[in-house]
Amino acid sequence: MNFDFFFSNLPELTVGGLAFGAIYALIALGYTMVYGVLQLINFAHSEVFMYGTFAMLWTIMALNGAEADGIKLIAILIAALLAAMAMSAVIALVLERVAYRRLIKNNAPRLIALISAIGASFVLAEIMGLRDKIAGWFGLDDNLSEYVGAARINNSMAGVVDAPRWSIGDVSISSIDVLVILSAIGMMVLLDQFVRRSRMGMGIRATAQDPETAALMGVNPTRTVQMTFLIGGLMAGVAAFLYMLKIETTKFDVGFLLGVKAFTAAVLGGIGNLRGALLGGLVLGVAETWGSAIFGTEWRHVVAFVLLVVILLFRPTGLLGESLGKARA
Amino acid sequence: MNPMTRLKALPKPLKIVLWVLLALFAYALPLLELPFITTDRADFGGVLFVVTMYALVALGLNIVVGYAGLLDLGYVGFYAIGAYTAAILTSFHASWPLLLAIPCAVVATTLAGILLGAPTLRVRGDYLAIVTLGFGEIIRLVAVNLEWLGDRRGISQIARPPSLGGEEGLFEIPHLYWGDGTVLLDTDDTTKFLEFGPVDQIPYYWLGLTVCILVIFADRLIKNSRVGRAWEATREDEDAAELMGVPTFKFKLLAFATGAFIGGLAGSLYASRQNFINPDSFLLLFSIMFLAAVVVGGQGNRWGVVVGAALVAYLPQRFRDFEDFRVLAFGVALVMLANFRPEGLLPPKRTVRAKQLEHELEELEEGTEGEEPARV
Repeated sequence: MNFDFFFSNLPELTVGGLAFGAIYALIALGYTMVYGVLQLINFAHSEVFMYGTFAMLWTIMALNGAEADGIKLIAILIAALLAAMAMSAVIALVLERVAYRRLIKNNAPRLIALISAIGASFVLAEIMGLRDKIAGWFGLDDNLSEYVGAARINNSMAGVVDAPRWSIGDVSISSIDVLVILSAIGMMVLLDQFVRRSRMGMGIRATAQDPETAALMGVNPTRTVQMTFLIGGLMAGVAAFLYMLKIETTKFDVGFLLGVKAFTAAVLGGIGNLRGALLGGLVLGVAETWGSAIFGTEWRHVVAFVLLVVILLFRPTGLLGESLGKARA
Repeated sequence: MNPMTRLKALPKPLKIVLWVLLALFAYALPLLELPFITTDRADFGGVLFVVTMYALVALGLNIVVGYAGLLDLGYVGFYAIGAYTAAILTSFHASWPLLLAIPCAVVATTLAGILLGAPTLRVRGDYLAIVTLGFGEIIRLVAVNLEWLGDRRGISQIARPPSLGGEEGLFEIPHLYWGDGTVLLDTDDTTKFLEFGPVDQIPYYWLGLTVCILVIFADRLIKNSRVGRAWEATREDEDAAELMGVPTFKFKLLAFATGAFIGGLAGSLYASRQNFINPDSFLLLFSIMFLAAVVVGGQGNRWGVVVGAALVAYLPQRFRDFEDFRVLAFGVALVMLANFRPEGLLPPKRTVRAKQLEHELEELEEGTEGEEPARV
């Protein structure tokens, strides 16, 4: 127990925790959207995120981001953001097509969908982890060695973005953390408005509420499902971009723990509830960071899971309850 | 008539004889050194032991997931509690004999099952899945961080089961040797009968197989009892079962505790055979592999899950040549299976009947619609 450290660093810890929480929240959106519409846990969503981190990393490498600065660096970062979003969105759509569509059509039991997702998650992670070998089959491993080599160890882009820390009195805050929190909240507000106001958003909500009636009213169920996966993928891409800015290191299995955490955040806020995902993510991030300051960093993940169990015991449907379908315009 | 129904129609004594023969074959399997089946690059006895452990765990998880319909993603937590209790009692904090430690381990896991189940079984479906997943991770992380549990270094020198007839064993059993077209008894390659040493793993397999058979008998009794029917009723429709007077919460808790009991038993046996455990033996991945074993075989069917466990545990060992790609292949297999055979390889009779009924109903409905154009 280290309360002195905790109290003397409370503002820094809170901002750092919120930044982590914002990333969790963006990934949690993918879980919560799919859950809201299809009532199933998209276990492979963490891999969608992982591919985004690699897209970001590779774009920086390809455009020599490490040597750029000023306007050029910002342009490269925007390109990297777009690449991460595109990559994640494509992976999410492929996932929907290969692992889910047939199951949804046949109305398969949900446990089967979970197994399919777990399988897909293994496949996606292993393809990334074996990319050096796979490239070897096509004889590309020499040309692409920079990108495919060292497939199973940490891939880092440290030092590309040298962000300033801001001091306010005794408190020193990383500008990256602030950027992460603000952009995550901005994305969430945009998405919330999209789901509430646009026609497509209305279709998504209608399907979440009652898929059959929605289909009778002219909502195309296949397109709606695709749309939810697409949005989830785009958000995971943004999360991947922000994650790489903050952590700077990725690995083929980086998604697993982050996915579990993000799902925890989604459940915490009430799965199927977009605002709940944001709240759950932020609460989880802050609680984790505070917990690790008090009990020591090795207890970080334990704090997160204990928090989850405790909250579910008192509010069995999460903080805000399930409500993608019930959200009123 | 398909072979399954023909087998079912056999007179009872003949069926018993067939089962006994099958069991004998299972016991003799590591001695037969059958070509193709036997793994060359991993000790076959050891592989078979792992298969029995997976089968045991799958049987336990099948009670929770298959019978009672509670999605448990943290089953490895019980396995870990069983293993750690056995390890602590026989080596780390005390030096009890294994035969005393196993019952303690089993009691500890059953208690853990009740303690976890009592508060969490109020949440349903996917919430339960994520809570149990959190539980499994908490157990592992606690083991990683507590000095008292040996933290990351783990615990070694766990007691082995007592050997029959001391170090020498009672007698030696020769293996078979498959030459070119001949089969001989190989008297150089022998297994000492029930000597639980560090090298020969066949006695552990025999122990594991015996425990599996006992658990299968118990599983049969419990499935056909009032309890088993209550589980199925709860799985199919919890609210309806509750209205019909089934205390669903009590039975769900019982399912959780029974599952935990078997998981703990498997964990303590595993620890005893490994002689060494550390937190990495209990990654979340194993929970998922166990669940995959249950679903691949056909959840709710006890023979199905045994087959599923055998496949999940054996195939990666058999195809070690493709070591790098085995997780990839496993993932592809899971996706294919889910897409093309969603009931698992051996679905339980209930599911087959339900599916048939649905199909007939559909045909009837389509038939009446199809009549009108035919009249014109």
